[in-house]
Amino acid sequence: MAGGATSGGNAVTDTYKEARNWLLLPAWGTLGIMVLAPVLLMLVYSFLTKEFRGGVIWEFSLAAYDQFFFDRGLFGDDPAKIEWTYIAIFWRSIWQAGAATVLSLLIGFPTAYFIATRPEKQRVIWVFLITIPYWVNLLIRTVSMRFLLRDEGPLNSFLMTTGLVDSPIHMINTNFAVQVGLFYSYLPFMVLPIYAAVERYNFTLSEAAADLYANKWITLRHIVLPAVKPGVVAGCILVFVPSLGSFLAPDLLGGAKNFMIGSLIEEQFKGNAGNWPFGAAASMILLTMVLIILVIYARAQARSDKEAG
Amino acid sequence: MSLEQPNAIEVRDAVKRYGDFTALKTISLSIKDNEFFTLLGPSGCGKTTLLRMIAGFEDVSEGAIFLYGEEIEGLPPHKRPVNTVFQNYALFPHKTVLDNVAFGLQMRGNSKSDSRKRAGEMLELVQLSQFAGRKPAQLSGGQQQRVALARALAPQPKVLLLDEPLSALDLKLRKAMQLELKHLQRETGITFIFVTHDQEEALTMSDRIAVMSSGELQQLGDARDIYERPRNMFVADFIGETNLLDVSVDRIESGQAICHLGGGHALTCPSVEEVAAGSKVHLSVRPERLFLTATQDDGNALKATVRENIFVGTDITTLVDLADGPEIIIRTSNSERGNQRIFDPGTPVYVNMEHGAARLLVD
Repeated sequence: MAGGATSGGNAVTDTYKEARNWLLLPAWGTLGIMVLAPVLLMLVYSFLTKEFRGGVIWEFSLAAYDQFFFDRGLFGDDPAKIEWTYIAIFWRSIWQAGAATVLSLLIGFPTAYFIATRPEKQRVIWVFLITIPYWVNLLIRTVSMRFLLRDEGPLNSFLMTTGLVDSPIHMINTNFAVQVGLFYSYLPFMVLPIYAAVERYNFTLSEAAADLYANKWITLRHIVLPAVKPGVVAGCILVFVPSLGSFLAPDLLGGAKNFMIGSLIEEQFKGNAGNWPFGAAASMILLTMVLIILVIYARAQARSDKEAG
Repeated sequence: MSLEQPNAIEVRDAVKRYGDFTALKTISLSIKDNEFFTLLGPSGCGKTTLLRMIAGFEDVSEGAIFLYGEEIEGLPPHKRPVNTVFQNYALFPHKTVLDNVAFGLQMRGNSKSDSRKRAGEMLELVQLSQFAGRKPAQLSGGQQQRVALARALAPQPKVLLLDEPLSALDLKLRKAMQLELKHLQRETGITFIFVTHDQEEALTMSDRIAVMSSGELQQLGDARDIYERPRNMFVADFIGETNLLDVSVDRIESGQAICHLGGGHALTCPSVEEVAAGSKVHLSVRPERLFLTATQDDGNALKATVRENIFVGTDITTLVDLADGPEIIIRTSNSERGNQRIFDPGTPVYVNMEHGAARLLVD
């Protein structure tokens, strides 16, 4: 870049580049401190030795990962077997988060579509109404959900007074309660991106489909959905990912039997019984799983785009 | 009625209201089978509303619409055998050009392979075969326009509705598409209902034109009818360029009205029904039906002074001031003969009207 003849032009470009780097600094700084540093810290901790009253000893160890996957330890004297306890918790978490995502999508999509098709002035009000419950702390909301779902709670007493059921439906401490809790916690994350996508959708396309003999259902499936898919995908990721790591809903609504990975991690860092390297390792495994799922999705997406295009 | 082929579309006393606002005020018109019919008017005149009522996107507040003799009110759009070419084409962005065209065919129950085969033929018809695999966004405006046309024609609708389909194209492409549309209509034999605010476009393509303004039908007729015999001030003013002069009718003799202009110029021109002796009416005369002479050869010629000549290529537009009267526009073709009728600014001249060119309008 030190060419004499063009140095004048380069000087301008260089100044511009330098300025651009400085301007990017806040963004890089934020990403570094908020994203990169915690993840790296977690990664390092997961390979350290545990200190008994919480904390770590700075000594390399694979014990945390060993404990997660293998019975009695891979490096022990006895032959190792796969330890299913944590993998089962992991699997249940994925399943629960998936179910909560599907539930949010089934409720969230019509809601978002409804809001986006209101007159412009009304939309703001509807979006506002959707967000109101979220001004209350998540813990309080989850506790009140527990109250609602209790055997002697309002939902059951309503069902019994109307004569729909004879005895209360047992909902608390079930998978169902956890899914409802997760669904309730993260519904706006589904509604808002879909709303934004539907609002941008050109409804003349629906008219064109109707004009070409497509009924409402086909129009929705073949014209509207592909057009708003980015919003749907964003909504699903925004519900699935935090649901996967959630511990409030499983703890308060699921009871001991419906333990999820989030609760497992939480316990490792809470109180004296904790095992920081193990919690860090479980976090890293969770992070890896989420990344793998997203990469698989992105690959499938790219492939289907290629086929269609 | 029973022996005749029923009209493609019959609109009977149709009214459209949005709350307090009446978009269409009791419109009745018939569109014949295999006709290129144009709804022409300025924006907000209700032409698009009427089109959307035929397509089924808007319901009819009062009255009825018949498609080949059958009332269609109550049928949702996807059950009406009419297709629309939308103003901004409304092509499905995630589908290929071929699948866009095949969509309607598939929805009508044709198999995927049959639909694609037929869609391919339609693309051939609009000369876009080589773009079948592309997405609409990869095409130019003119190409998208033709895809929209192929898509709407593919299911062989009974009536094709076109909502200002050419308005987004540049002038040259628009002219080419006008002719292409006209040819397509003749080839397919499908009734076309074309909505436009461009009077030239309407005159070029249509078998018949309905001129609309503020929710009312102003005049219905073929292009020559509407251009040469406008029924009222609105039509005369909206279609083409015209000179409108205020005149007083002195008397009417055997179908001829003898009138005078404000400055006292006497004029004789064909009368129309509504004109009565002693009334004040308007006289409309097209600029190209006027010519200038140096001497008064005809009793109807009006004394004037040339103000300006404007060269516009095919024509020369001349502005003249009538003695004690308004300004008049005259269009002379840029030909050897025409150029002999051009006079320098400031020259005193006489404005002559071709026989039968002047038309009296009451309102």
